[in-house]
Amino acid sequence: MTDVYRDVDVTTTTVAPTDPLVAPEPFDVGRIRELFPILAQRVGDKPLAYLDNAATTQKPRPVLDALSRYYAEENANIHRGVYALSQHATEAYEGARAKVARFLNATEPAEIIFTRNATEGINLVAQTFGRQTVGAGDEVVISTMEHHSNIVPWQMLCEEKGARLRVVPISDTGELMLEELASLLGPRTKLLSIVHMSNSLGTINPVREVVELAQAHGVPVLIDGSQAAYHMPVDVQALGCDFYVVTGHKLYGPTGIGALYGRRALLDAMPPYQGGGDMIRSVTFERTTYNEVPHKFEAGTPHIAGAIGLGAAVDFIAGVGFAAITAHERPLLEYATAALEAVPGLRLIGTAPNKASILSFVLDGVHAHDIGTIVDTEGVAIRTGHHCTQPVMERFGVPATARASLAMYNTTAEIDQLVAALTKVREIFG
Amino acid sequence: MSDLRELYQEVILDHNRSPRNFGRLEDPTLQADGHNPLCGDKLTVALNVADGVVTDIRFEGSGCAISKASASLMTEGIKGKTLDEARALFERFHQMVTDQAAPADASLGKLTVFAGVRDYPARVKCAILAWHTLLAAVDNSQEPASTE
Repeated sequence: MTDVYRDVDVTTTTVAPTDPLVAPEPFDVGRIRELFPILAQRVGDKPLAYLDNAATTQKPRPVLDALSRYYAEENANIHRGVYALSQHATEAYEGARAKVARFLNATEPAEIIFTRNATEGINLVAQTFGRQTVGAGDEVVISTMEHHSNIVPWQMLCEEKGARLRVVPISDTGELMLEELASLLGPRTKLLSIVHMSNSLGTINPVREVVELAQAHGVPVLIDGSQAAYHMPVDVQALGCDFYVVTGHKLYGPTGIGALYGRRALLDAMPPYQGGGDMIRSVTFERTTYNEVPHKFEAGTPHIAGAIGLGAAVDFIAGVGFAAITAHERPLLEYATAALEAVPGLRLIGTAPNKASILSFVLDGVHAHDIGTIVDTEGVAIRTGHHCTQPVMERFGVPATARASLAMYNTTAEIDQLVAALTKVREIFG
Repeated sequence: MSDLRELYQEVILDHNRSPRNFGRLEDPTLQADGHNPLCGDKLTVALNVADGVVTDIRFEGSGCAISKASASLMTEGIKGKTLDEARALFERFHQMVTDQAAPADASLGKLTVFAGVRDYPARVKCAILAWHTLLAAVDNSQEPASTE
């Protein structure tokens, strides 16, 4: 483990400096950026302003180093290998599980199941817990602001079981309507699956309150933490949720790796997900017995390097610290919100009081795709389209939005670059 | 990076602002829906055909400037043509927006304003959606046309 990022440990920066002589070092976004080699790139003759973090975040040196070190020095298949190299790889893989468990404050590493991404985490729960629990006439509750990955697996399950999918509406600012949510919960509700932070609106849902409402009806809760987990600390025990999914590539980690947290008692009672090697205890043609959690849910050789990279990523985030991340990202969002609101003809979609790091917008008379193409020529990378949330687009009556999304390494200069690029859009479209 | 003005030519911006042949065609001879699943753009193309000749054509839907202007200019280019000519035009248009090496095809007339699209691979589907939809209508396809 290199200690590159220890140099930028700025966890204490939110302490108000009382004495200028002992003032803590401010969050140094320049030094953070130096850890992300891709950010130094230029697009044509323009510096890259990467503002598509809600789609995927860039990767810092500690993650890149962990990946290349694994393949250069540690690669072997895990579990059951009796030679040293395999034992090292197993330790690194299981060590990564422990890191993710710590990052989400799970009770024990066995509550963390490695998946391909958040989507697979949700599908895993739908296909195991869901198929076990949901029957004809039962109900699964989600919200209007879900990503398609937290809609379609439940639609498939409900269709298979003859169950009903209920949808909690959202307000004009993009907030979850809690009274409606409460009224949808009842004896038929078998699961509530809700996003922690909306990927197209930026809304942070009051998930602790949501869990309390669900618990009052004995309803288990899955939380999709894809967006939340790189902006704010997540404590699954404090939330009291039953499942929580994250994806590695939005946590400054590799693609192809994610994690599902599940409460141990539930995981123990759930049937396996996929069949194969590693998930079994013993196999005969007559009968197979299954391995313990978490291995019961990890059939086949997993993405070992990805898990190790994810471990390095959550260590990196912890090293920077959410206090420092929030202290940087919150004013940046405020700056960006004010800057975009000042652009003539621009309307923000998603204006909840409690939101983070996502600015979805439409521009009078210009389709989002045209905005995306034009700002790209100015070096600005934003996402345009429906962001895999078509029901949100329909709710707000827009075909698509342009979306700028921020991460710890973004700067006010990049926001200025976006605003200047939007001026160019106006020049072209008149 | 090629000049943006190559992509957003004045003709395209004009047809985006005021699309021609935009709206519903009552009781058309042929009609099809098109969909770009990538961005959610949807479009309907409807034609009246008499003796194998397109006597009227209209489109409706929403989309970006490229897709709207492409649909608008396509309707202008197709009106009065035979269905076989429409198919041939589709082929030439398709080649122009996808093939970097294709020489300028003067027979495409005004449609050559879309030649710049081939420098923006992410936008080729925007330019081609209306044409796929037209072809689906001409072939009397029951399935909505898709750019995928």
